[in-house]
This record gives sequence, structure tokens and C-alpha cells, in this order.
Amino acid sequence: MLKRIKIISLIFIFSSCSETGIETYTAYSPTPSPLNIPQIFASTILPPIQSIDNPQTEEGVQLGRKLFFDTILSVDDSQSCASCHSPENAFTDTDRFSEGIDGILGNRNSMPLFNMAWNYDNKFFWDGRSFGLEKQALEPVIDPIEMHNTWSNAVLSLQNDLEYPQLFFDAFGTLVIDSLLVTKAISQFERTLISSNSRFDKHLLGEITLTASELNGFNVFMDETKGDCFHCHGSQNNPLWTDNNFHNNGLDATFLDLGLGIITGDPNDNGKFKSPSLRNLKFTAPFMHDGRFASLDDVINHYSEGLINSLTIDPLMKSVNDGGVQLSATDKIDLKAFLLSLSDDEFINNPDFQAPN
Amino acid sequence: MIPFKKLVLIVLLVSFLGCDDNENTIIDPITTIGTITVDFNHYWGSEKITSADFNTTTFTNENNDIQTISKLKYLISNLTLHKANGESLKLNDYYLVDLAGLNSNTSITVSDVPVGNYSSVSFTFGFNEADNIEGAYLDLNSASWNWPAMLGGGYHFMQFEGKYGTTGTENPYAYHMGTARVSTDVFEQNFFDVSINGFIMGEETSTEIKMDISEWFKNPYTWDLSVYSTPLMTNYDAQLLMNQNGQSVFSLGVVN
Repeated sequence: MLKRIKIISLIFIFSSCSETGIETYTAYSPTPSPLNIPQIFASTILPPIQSIDNPQTEEGVQLGRKLFFDTILSVDDSQSCASCHSPENAFTDTDRFSEGIDGILGNRNSMPLFNMAWNYDNKFFWDGRSFGLEKQALEPVIDPIEMHNTWSNAVLSLQNDLEYPQLFFDAFGTLVIDSLLVTKAISQFERTLISSNSRFDKHLLGEITLTASELNGFNVFMDETKGDCFHCHGSQNNPLWTDNNFHNNGLDATFLDLGLGIITGDPNDNGKFKSPSLRNLKFTAPFMHDGRFASLDDVINHYSEGLINSLTIDPLMKSVNDGGVQLSATDKIDLKAFLLSLSDDEFINNPDFQAPN
Repeated sequence: MIPFKKLVLIVLLVSFLGCDDNENTIIDPITTIGTITVDFNHYWGSEKITSADFNTTTFTNENNDIQTISKLKYLISNLTLHKANGESLKLNDYYLVDLAGLNSNTSITVSDVPVGNYSSVSFTFGFNEADNIEGAYLDLNSASWNWPAMLGGGYHFMQFEGKYGTTGTENPYAYHMGTARVSTDVFEQNFFDVSINGFIMGEETSTEIKMDISEWFKNPYTWDLSVYSTPLMTNYDAQLLMNQNGQSVFSLGVVN
């Protein structure tokens, strides 16, 4: 399915540099680098979303990686994307709310980053407000409680840097940097953050055998009369382990944060947030859009006994009037074991995803 | 790749288009091929329902329970047009109808459909046994439309959700239909075939297939949400009642 991206390589730039008198004549020929689609995805779900105007190239991905880990994007050169999206935490952090450059806390938990090219609806953030990764990446740089920069200033810093102009040329064929190219490069890097090597993935591929506890936990997950997790969190046939959709999962009676409702303006969407993937939970605590649950046990207890009714609660929170699905102690232990089997140590340790030297 | 049986379709289109400029004769331009649009529209009785009614509009069902709807999504397969002489034409393999707002999916358009008089329209609600293959359809997997293996696997036929009861003390219902589990590892097919009136197909024809949602709660079983609300996927009796009540929900609507 993956069409090889044809790159027009016949763009030559003739740039003359009057100060030094040196004339450079460089060919722009980035190397196409289509996403590596894991077998476990290729055999179950639709191909990833390709960005029509931002094809993956080696140069683009490497530039994006450098930008992702570079504090140059923040106004005081103190924070990078990775400050709140660290590889060791599956590209989130361990804080309930992350601290921006001015020491101000956000009001939502930093989202982990992986398998984002398979977000078919292409809606990013907890409330889905950005359509497309490139749009998403525009925000943190200028958010006053995050990097608190302006794009003109960020671009100026990059333009004045010794290395970046050439790297942008290599990736995009122009020495003139702008915010769109920055977000294109970062998005290319982010699309390469593919997680598909958990114990459960290996079990599905027949490479390992899960423990009895993990297997029973999967049954709890799939059983409508027990966990009933699969309606929103995928299954062996949808190994993204999320529907990438928006739900009110019974956290509060009233909402301090309206979530999707802020974006759509529809009161019926109040209190709805995107279902996060259940991959990599081993690394991504705390949990929920506001990081209210410190541990996976807290999350399981919420669905088991802690559901709170509200106007927009999802009907799939079917046991709300009993407080939850009332799992047994054994089922809770097993469910947790299963959930942790979706964590992917190879992903967080992948050398391609670490800070470049 | 898609394991649907190839439909045996013999369409004898003898299209003789003669055009002789010299004699300037025009053969009567009999159009033999047209484009059909099939719209799945939804009603409560005679009242048309869209996603704008979700969560807010209340409906009174046959059992006099007051209910709202927040999701209505269902699978149909093997949508087929039939002629009186036995010929048939399959319009598509399967389609996931979804009323939800932005991503609503309620219309199928097929070109290259021979014009003429079709005596009936048929489809399967859900998948028949041959088509209901665990994990076989990537788009349906991507939509998390799977039916748990412990319940026989394959795919959901319908997800129909909302709340019922008095405001403030509502209870959720999740009218989810698929393969019925008789007992552990013993399953029963639960799809049903729908056949509705035909129509005359022209060059551009739009056909409405109506679902009367209230019928799911009415005929022949007066559905009592206090008995059957959730969980229903695991409830054999509920699955069979859905199948019975579903048989009368579809009809042919307006044809233009």
C-alpha cells in the first residue's frame, strides 16, 4: 500500500553569500523514509495516516528529533518538548501537571506520544482541538504556561543558529525557516515513535506465552460482565488499545474542565476526554486527563467501585448506579498484570528515539 | 482478500450505440446504466431522527419507558437489488452505518447500476456466518467493531446506546447485538436477512431505507429496559429478542 514517495530532487538552489564571497551550489535531495509498519498493525488495522504535504524523509525525521530535544524553542532556552515528553516515560512525564518555563503548572496531564500516525480521526490533545500533528505542534511553543515563546522569536533563534539553516535545507529545500517547517519536522519525528513490541504483541505473534494471570486479565478486559474495557480501549484486533474517541468515564459529578465540550460548544460533550492508549502504562503514571490517579490500582478501583454519575456519562459506564463493575480482588490483580503486558520496554529504550548528540 | 462470495451476476448489456454523422440519425438514447444512492434514514415512528436528537430528545417506547439515544451504529452486509426474473446485483459487501455527528455514515452511492424495475432490496443485518470472520476486516477492526471471542467472535451487528428513566436517576442501556452465546463455547448465529420493497431504477435514483427505531422495542416483544438494559451482549435471551424485534424495523422509504 505504501507508495514510495517520489521526491523531486531536481531543485537546485543557487545561493550567493556576498560577505564571504563563497558561492554554494547544493542539491536538495532528501531520502524518503516511509514509516515502518509493524506486522502486528499491518495484519489488523488500516494503514497509518500519511501527511500529503509532509512526506517522511530521513533528513526531516532527524531534524525533528533534534528540535524535539532542543531547548532552543523555549523563550529562555530552558525547556524542550522532551522536558514534558521524555522517552523513558513513553514520551510523557511523571508529574500530575507539568511545569512550564515560568514555573506555572498546566491543568492537564502531559500525554504520552506513540502510534500517532494511527490516530485516524487526526484529532490531538485530550480535547481533540488540533486537527493533525503539525497543528498540535504549533501550540506548546507559544503557550504562555509552557514554552512561552513567540514563533517569530523561535524561528529567529533557529535562523541564527549555526547548524539549523542547513538542516532545514536538507529536509525541506529552503534555508528560510518558518513555524510550519518546524512543526513538519517535529511531526515527522513523532510519527516514527511506533510502539509495537510489548509482551502482549509478542504473545499475539506467537513468540512468547503469557502468564495465567495475564491471560485471565485479558478475559476480564474483554468480558462485558467484568471489565468491559474493550469498547473504548481496543483488543487483539485493534492493538492501538484506544478508540481515539472522546468519553466521559465517570470521574466527576460536575466538571471544572469541560474537555471536548469547550471545543464543540455542545453541552453534551462536557466532561469528555480522549481515551488514552493502554500501551506503556508501566511508564506513564499518573493517569487520567488531570493525572488524578497516581497508580494503575487507582484506575482499576475507579472503574470497579468509584464511578460517579453525571449528565454526560457514557452509557458504557453501565454499572454507574452500583459505583462500578465490582471486580474481585483476583480479577483486579490479573487485569493489572494484563495491562502491564501492553508495555513496551523496547520502545522507551529505542536508540533512535533518544536525544541526539 | 475479502472473502465474500463472488456474486454470480449475468448482466447482458447489449449497448448498441450507432452514430452515423452523415445521415444525422440519432438512436434513441436509452440509458442502461444509472447511479443509485441509498440513504439509511432513521425514525421513531414517523418522526425523523438525526444525531441532533442524541442525548436531548426523549422518546417513549412501547413499554412506556422514557429514553434518550446517544449512539446508533450498525452493520449491514450484502446489500442487493433483485429483479422479478431472479437476476440480482450486489451493491456492496458491507457498510457500517453510524449516525454520529461529524463522522456520520448513512449513505451508499453506487454507479453502474442497470436501470429498470427491481422487485426487492435485500441485505443482512450484521454478517452472515460465512462473512463474520474474526478480525478479517481492517476497517472494522480500526473502528473497534469487534465482538469478543468469548461470545463467538467476529463483529458487532449493532451498538445502540442511551439512557432511560427519569432525569437525574437515569440508567444506561447498551443494546449491543452480535453472535449469541448459548453457553460456554456454544454459539448461535444471530444475523437476520432483510427484504424490502423494490423500486424503479432510473439514471439518477435515490432510495431511502428507513429504520423505525421504536420497532426495536415493540414487535413482537415489548422491550422492558428494566429487564434488558446492560449487559446484553452476554445475555442469550436478549440477543434472540433483538433478532426477533429487528425483523420489522426496516422498510423502503422515499424513492426519487
